[in-house]
Parts: sequence; C-alpha cells; structure tokens
Amino acid sequence: MSFFLEVLVGGLLSGVMYSLVAIGFVLVYKSSGVFNFAQGAMLLFAALTFVSMTERGVNFWLAFIITMGTMIVMGIIIERFVMRPLANQSLLSLFMATVGLSLFLEGLAQGTWDSAVHGLDLGIPTTPIFLSDYLGPNFDILVSFFDAFAAVVAGVLILALALFFQKTKTGLSLRAVSDDHMAAQAVGIPLSTIWAIVWAVVGVISLIVGLLWSDRLGVSFTLQDIVLKGLPVILIGGLTSIPGAILGGLIIGASEKLGEIYLAPILGGQGIENWFGYTVALLFLIYKPAGIFGVKGIQRA
Amino acid sequence: MFYREVGQYNDNYAAASRMVPVLQDRWIIIAVAAFMVFAVPFMVNDYWALAILNPVLILSLATLGLNILTGYTGQLSLGSAGFMMIGAFGTYNFLLRVDWMNIFPAMFLSGIIAGLVGVFFGLPSARIKGFYLLVSTLAAYYFIWWFFNTFEYFTNYTSSGVVTIPRSHYEIFGFNLASASGKYLITIITVIIMTLIAKNMVRSSIGRNWVAVRDQDIAANVIGIQVVRTKLIAFFVSSFMLAVSGALYSYTYLGNVGNEIYNLRRSFLVLFMVIIGGLGSIMGSFMGAAFVYLFPIVVSRLGDTFFGGGALDSAFIENNSKIVMGAIIIYLLIKEPAGFAAIWQSIKNKLRSWPFTT
Repeated sequence: MSFFLEVLVGGLLSGVMYSLVAIGFVLVYKSSGVFNFAQGAMLLFAALTFVSMTERGVNFWLAFIITMGTMIVMGIIIERFVMRPLANQSLLSLFMATVGLSLFLEGLAQGTWDSAVHGLDLGIPTTPIFLSDYLGPNFDILVSFFDAFAAVVAGVLILALALFFQKTKTGLSLRAVSDDHMAAQAVGIPLSTIWAIVWAVVGVISLIVGLLWSDRLGVSFTLQDIVLKGLPVILIGGLTSIPGAILGGLIIGASEKLGEIYLAPILGGQGIENWFGYTVALLFLIYKPAGIFGVKGIQRA
Repeated sequence: MFYREVGQYNDNYAAASRMVPVLQDRWIIIAVAAFMVFAVPFMVNDYWALAILNPVLILSLATLGLNILTGYTGQLSLGSAGFMMIGAFGTYNFLLRVDWMNIFPAMFLSGIIAGLVGVFFGLPSARIKGFYLLVSTLAAYYFIWWFFNTFEYFTNYTSSGVVTIPRSHYEIFGFNLASASGKYLITIITVIIMTLIAKNMVRSSIGRNWVAVRDQDIAANVIGIQVVRTKLIAFFVSSFMLAVSGALYSYTYLGNVGNEIYNLRRSFLVLFMVIIGGLGSIMGSFMGAAFVYLFPIVVSRLGDTFFGGGALDSAFIENNSKIVMGAIIIYLLIKEPAGFAAIWQSIKNKLRSWPFTT
C-alpha cells in the first residue's frame, strides 16, 4: 500500500511540473484566444539565455534579471509583430502562427548561443526526503525534495497570479478582456496593451518554469518538447482555467506513473508513459468535450 | 498572350466538368507528367534521384495527405509521423513475410491498415472539436511509436531498431528496381496515382462535404451532410496517403526502416509544408513540400558557391533555416493566409491579361 502511495505522490508531484507549463498556456488562451504552441520554445529560449550567461561568468541573479528583461521585451515584440497583425483571424491561423513562432525562436535561441546540451544546477538538493520524518510512521513514503520544491514554486506562482488577477487594476482589465474582447474595448481597456502585458508575464513564467525543468533535463532543444507534456494537461483542464490546469496536471502525472508501474507489464513493454497520459486525456474529453472546467460555448450555425 | 482561355467552349457536361478546365494547363500538366515518367528516369544520377526528386515527391504526398485532413476538412492533426510509420513498417513486414508480395500491394495494404487506425483515432472527432482533437492525434502518434518500439517482431528482432531494406524487396515481376532510377520510378508513379485520386476526391461530392464540414459543421449537418462520416472518410484517406508516403520515405529515399526516423518533428515538418503551401490546395502541397525541403539545401549550395566549399557550417544553416521558415510562416499567415497556392493563383491571373494590365 505504501508503495502505491509513493507512486501516487511521486506522480502527483511530477504532475505539478506539468501544471507549471500549462499555466503559461492558460494565461494566453484566456486573454486572447491564442493556443500558444510557442510556449516550449519560449522555455528553451529563456533557459538557454540564462545558462549561456551564467556559463560566461555572469552572476546568478544578474543573469536572472537580464533574462527576465529579455523575455519581457520578447513578449512585447511578439504581441506587436505577430499577434496584433493577426487579430480577428481564425483560431487555427493564430495557432499556426505560434507554431511558426516556435520554429523561429528555436532557431534564434540556438543560433545566438549554441545547440549543445548544457547542464544547469540551481543548487536545489535532489536528496529524497522521508515523509515519515514529518507526518508520523504511517506515511512511509519517499519524496524527491526537488519535486516538493517545484510544488512550492507552483503554489507561489499561482498565489501571485491570483493576487495579480484579483487585486490589481491591470488584473481586472485582463479578466474583462478574457470575458469579452468587444465589451472590454467598449469600456476603454486598451486591448493591445493588455495583450502585451500577458505576453510579457508569460515570458517571465517561461523563465521560471524553464529553469526548473532544465535543472531536471538539462538545457537542449528537447526542452521544448515539454510543451507536449503540457498539452493534455490544459486540454483536460479546459484551456481557460488555472485550477483546471493544476487539476489536469495532477491527473496526468498520477495516471502516467501508476500506468507505468501497474499497466505496462500487462501490455508487454516499458515506456507507456508517453501515450498513456494522452489516452487518459482523451477519455476525459470524450466524457466532457470542453474539459473539466471549460466553458461549453453555445454553437450557432 | 499565350495563356488565355478565350474561345475554349464546352458543349457537353463531361467537357465542362473536366479535371483541368483550361486547355493550356492540361497540355502543360500532361507534358510535365510524361517528362517526369518517361524521360527523367534515364537522365537522373543518384544524387538527383535520391537526394532531391524522391524526397520532394514523397514529402509532397505526405503534405497532400495532411492537407486533406487539416486543409480540406479542418481537423488539426499532429499524428502524421505515426501514420507514416505504419506505412513504412507495414510495407517492410508484408514484403518480408509474404512470398508473392511486391512493393505496390504492400504499400496499398499497409495504407489500408493505417487508414483503419486513423479512423479509430478519428472517432473522438465526433465529440471533440478544434484544439481538443490534438489530444487524439497525439495519442495516436505516441501509441504507434510505442507499439513499433516495443514489439521487436516488426523490426525483425534487429537489436538496433533500424533495418536496412534488402535489395530483394524492390523486385517487381522479375525486374529489380533497386537502382536510383528504379526507386524514382516507383515514387513518381505512386505520387501521380495518389495525386489523381486526391484531386478527384476533392472535386467530387466527398470533397465538397469535407469543405462544408470545415467551414461550418453545424450548417453542414443542417443541409444533410453526415458530419461524423465525412470526418472519418477524411481520416481514412489522409492516413492512407500518409502511410504510402511513409513507405516510400523508407523504401525509395532512406533505404532503411527505423523508429527514430519517424519522430514527432516529422509531423511538424509536414504541418509546416501544409501551411506554407496553402491549406486546402493540391498544387500548394507540392509547392510547400518543395520549398521547405529544398530551402536549406539551396542555401548551403549558394554558400558553397559564393564563399567557398563548406563556408557555412550545417548548424548555422539549420538554425537560420528555422528562423527564416518561422518568419515565412508568420508572414504568410498575416499577408497571404492561403499560402503559396494563392500567390500561384494570382500569377496565373496576371498571365491571363499579360501584356495588358488589369
């Protein structure tokens, strides 16, 4: 039983890592209806810029701040030169534009720096911790400290975003825009400014998430494939909901790990993680086509 | 001046519903096709056949397959590489294990299998729409990839997971087509047949149903089109074509069958070709594939010519190709959402009135 719990907790915590990727997705989709496939390339760009600077001897925090600045500028540029000319285009065109953007950023990141694989150590210990030390002898579970740390970061990030959305004027405008573009514009909210802010915020989130993932995987172009891990997560959650992204991450993370342990031997092979998450997502979507927290729009011909 | 359809009258329905309505187009297409089939095989060397013509034709076929699903029917898919993989592994196994088989029925049969798998993973499209469908196609891709990776039966228990295709597989009615010209011939004949099938499907009632479902599925349903069936037909045809192109990719381009060839990047590459060529255009599929595939090659050739051999290293070319490709995709989506096909159309319109301005 404790083995089952250990797998479950491990899965849930790695699910938090997926949720982190998903949050950036949700922010952009909520505010502008863009399915931002370039998220992975933004992670790569941020992580590669950061790593290349620290390798050249730049101080950790200075590199962090410079990269953050770069990501903010990049977000503003993306809004100005990609998203604004495409306003009012079909959702499919916008998606494809972000696919093009992801190719562009991948080339730019690797062209500016290099295509080699870099290691990144944030100095977070990876030693496992025993929950029984804290919660009593009934919880005989091993947890990776790193995963726990990531969960805390996710919590802080979500708290910060929630405060930003609920308590600031900009956050209020953002929520208005995500509810209804036209109505928001009619009451005098500058759409393009709001979108620029969203893209800048997503850039900063990409940096944080990119660093966490790089510590685990190293910085190389495979980093942007994480976007594919985030995909079933947000789709389960319903594209527009941050709680949905968290819940989706937990579901995918847990079911992948449990599937790998208990189902893979029956199916005759390792590595079912990759498709199992998608299959779980698919089953969820067949039951609820707009995701768990998604809004099912009224369709008119 | 030369390109004008004035005076070309149709006096019966058969003539009016020709595949290529303009006389000049018809002659050009027939001439090009005849040249490609009857003259080129005697002219090409290994480099031209195996490194330029075959991959461009094969990727055009793959692009055509995805274009039917995404461009004509509006169902977003990232599973292309998976269906290509079924084609390659299926063809290999049919040829390996069935005595009387030659490459054409083997490709056909693996195409049917891929089509059925495509229909299975297309079933959720009855309920799931838009981006949510990406989950289904990615599930298909990852499942297929895992399947061929796990069961070594399909790679004939080769430990490396990559099998070199033996010469005997190119045997057709006593002729061995393993030479560069032979491989080219297999490719061009298959591509011409598939293009004719695709063109005729697109301009028949099936194709009109696809477009209706893409543009507004509820309205399509109201006028009596069976939406789910139409989508599933598109999944079948698309997967079939992708499988055939995957088989060709292994057989007449790479010469081996392996897992790593069909990674997810291949799906994206095909998607880029569809976008750049033009969603919902057969001509565009060829232009998109040729452009995306040839661009890095041309750049490196130009680099060799102007700056001496090997002046531009491959990483430089690869990264800058990505930047340029990405920029072109974004630019086209802003300025010309219908891709190269639309540019081609406007050139034809200009030609009509040349040398006068419209």
